[in-house]
Amino acid sequence: MKPKTVLVIISALLAGGALVLTGQEPTPGVDIAGGVSKESSKPVIAVPDFRGAGDAQKVMEVFNTTLWSELEGSGALKMAPKVTYPLLIPQQPSDFRAPTVTPSVTRGGPPQVTKNGPWLTDWSGPPVNANNLAIGYTVPQDGRLVLYGYLYNLSQPTPTQAQLINKTYFGSLDEGGARQVARQFAADILQQFGAKSLFGSKIFFVSDRGNGRNKEIWSMDYDGSNQKQLTFYKTITTQPAVSPDGKTLAFVTYPQLQRGNVTIDGQPQIMMHSVETGRRLTFNNFVSSVVETPDFTPDGQRVIFSTTIDRDPQICVSNLNGGNFRRISNIRAIEVSPKVNPRNGNEVVFISGRSGHQQLWRMNIDGSDVEMLTTGEGDVSNPAWSPDGQFIAFAWTRGYEPGNFNIFIMNIGKRQPIQLTHGMGRNENPSWGPDGLHMAFTSKQGRSTEVFTMLADGTHIQQLTGVGNNFQPVWARGIN
Amino acid sequence: MRMNKKTLSAAVFGALLLTAAEGCSKKAPIAAALPPAPAAPRDTTGGESGPVSGLAPRIDSFTANPSSILPGESSNLTWSVANATDIMIDQNVGTVAANGNRQVFPTSTTTFNLTARGPGGMAARAVTVTVTGPPPPAPTPPKGSSLPGAEMLSREAQDAYFDYDRSDIRDDARQALTRDADLLRRIFASDPTFSVVVEGHCDERGSAEYNLGLGDRRASSAKDFLVGLGLPTDRIRTISYGKERPVCTDANEGCYQRNRRAHLAPAQ
Repeated sequence: MKPKTVLVIISALLAGGALVLTGQEPTPGVDIAGGVSKESSKPVIAVPDFRGAGDAQKVMEVFNTTLWSELEGSGALKMAPKVTYPLLIPQQPSDFRAPTVTPSVTRGGPPQVTKNGPWLTDWSGPPVNANNLAIGYTVPQDGRLVLYGYLYNLSQPTPTQAQLINKTYFGSLDEGGARQVARQFAADILQQFGAKSLFGSKIFFVSDRGNGRNKEIWSMDYDGSNQKQLTFYKTITTQPAVSPDGKTLAFVTYPQLQRGNVTIDGQPQIMMHSVETGRRLTFNNFVSSVVETPDFTPDGQRVIFSTTIDRDPQICVSNLNGGNFRRISNIRAIEVSPKVNPRNGNEVVFISGRSGHQQLWRMNIDGSDVEMLTTGEGDVSNPAWSPDGQFIAFAWTRGYEPGNFNIFIMNIGKRQPIQLTHGMGRNENPSWGPDGLHMAFTSKQGRSTEVFTMLADGTHIQQLTGVGNNFQPVWARGIN
Repeated sequence: MRMNKKTLSAAVFGALLLTAAEGCSKKAPIAAALPPAPAAPRDTTGGESGPVSGLAPRIDSFTANPSSILPGESSNLTWSVANATDIMIDQNVGTVAANGNRQVFPTSTTTFNLTARGPGGMAARAVTVTVTGPPPPAPTPPKGSSLPGAEMLSREAQDAYFDYDRSDIRDDARQALTRDADLLRRIFASDPTFSVVVEGHCDERGSAEYNLGLGDRRASSAKDFLVGLGLPTDRIRTISYGKERPVCTDANEGCYQRNRRAHLAPAQ
């Protein structure tokens, strides 16, 4: 984790209202104020379009779009605009030709430089002014797509000294393969700049696509590709949570019971499934009118959730099989969505109505040191820890009508809320990406609710879903 | 609403003790100075007493007789529980008294879980009724099947409506539930196996997670009202749908009001 990068963004936001409101492109759909004033301090990278030999050329548009958007969307790099690029574009190390330098014919004059082909200074000097250059090409080989990718540090004098990456990538010879090798190459480039890659990460979510009545758990890649249905309970199945190792999926479902010729809903239950095999794992539920918001503790050894024991859902923990059940909170109030700080495994944030409206609260996992973190205004929901345990993202109606939630983040040390989305629909369910820079969330504009991603400063919004309604994204690192 | 301070500190220390027992508490020395927590009853489902003061619930017995039946035959569940305020058996048996028995008709091998909750925590035990032999032949509904009761309920039961973010019974809901109580009395009398579920529903404005809690309160309020009119608590269970099963999806008060409701449905 690189907390520094997040801190740059956050401190830019905090610096006395340093929100850069001008020059922000209006984002279709969601109205986001924000923008980062530290754009100038990021390394500049030039990424000319790669070409493919033979059949590989058919997928290069997808490849080039994916590579560009991965690097741009990372928030770690500034992209040198393509219109400034020279006409001679190198594709491999052997394309570089050092210029010939001859002494000036006039005495004391500048030496004469004769270009012999592409060279590093074409990219480091004006008008490109890049610090880094990514080049490469693809070929079809035995029915597969092969990418040769190179990255250069343009402050070095020769291509040999400048080379940071020289690597071969393999994918299927189709658009999926092109996307995959582009993402792997982008991940390697981002690693050079200390940015955590999202490669391989998955977003689990709930969708009512199909008949609009039942909900099932789905997963997708973090750019919205590979959307796949994981559960087939044919009932209300919601609130996915993924274990820290990415291997276990927990969720809530209303099991279907057959009574004569009538099918009725049983009371809700927590279910556990293996992500890899899809197999159901044992979880012993207590009979209750409400069981909800399961999540894993950071050590992956326990489940923390909310269930009604006598009156009102209360915060509880149990082992992964439901055993060693323990109630943590004990108060006449609706308390849901417990989330344990991944940094210390001890601090729990949760939503409670113990002061009146639903607000964000914290406590220790033994129930001690209970404290309200928000102001008491509006309704709060959906807390989510950043991977480094420094920030909580949540949804809040403060300043809006009931039900009009927006995404906020708060530094757990400073307790100062920062609003990331500003009206334009209902924005809920933030979930941090494994890089600590991005978050997934839902936005309802008009009639349908869809999953989006954005940078944690509210910029670079991307819509990932568009079929039916889609809810409760949970961004998990992949299993690898 | 407020929690008694003594109860709170006892709860916290109890939690500390339990944490220490797991070997992950740094405050073990503090916990060691305290009297030990009440012993948790051993059981089959892994339930354990909670970190609250008072005697832990105790399940003295929970048996099924006979434990093995043919399809269509019945088994008798018998139980005896102490120190519990809320005793439930799953598989749609529902809330039950501390001592009692119930005839069950499982059509396939079924495990019944008894859960006892009280101020001292929780205990659980399970019995399994094994069903052997071929399934019953024809699906001809026997006399007194749940269907007539279910039909009566869906035709005549009235929803109880609620104010925004509230779960108290309004005057109009009071009238609706009073009529529902008469209806349920008739159905229960004509069909001794019939039981009902009170569903709690909400409008779309609260979060999905909070609304499950609010729907729970509405279902409980409606159930409490029906029980207050003399209906048997063990034939009424509750379930919360929050905003998962709306009757309409428009964003206006007319639709919001239709969704803020308690609804009666057949449970068995």
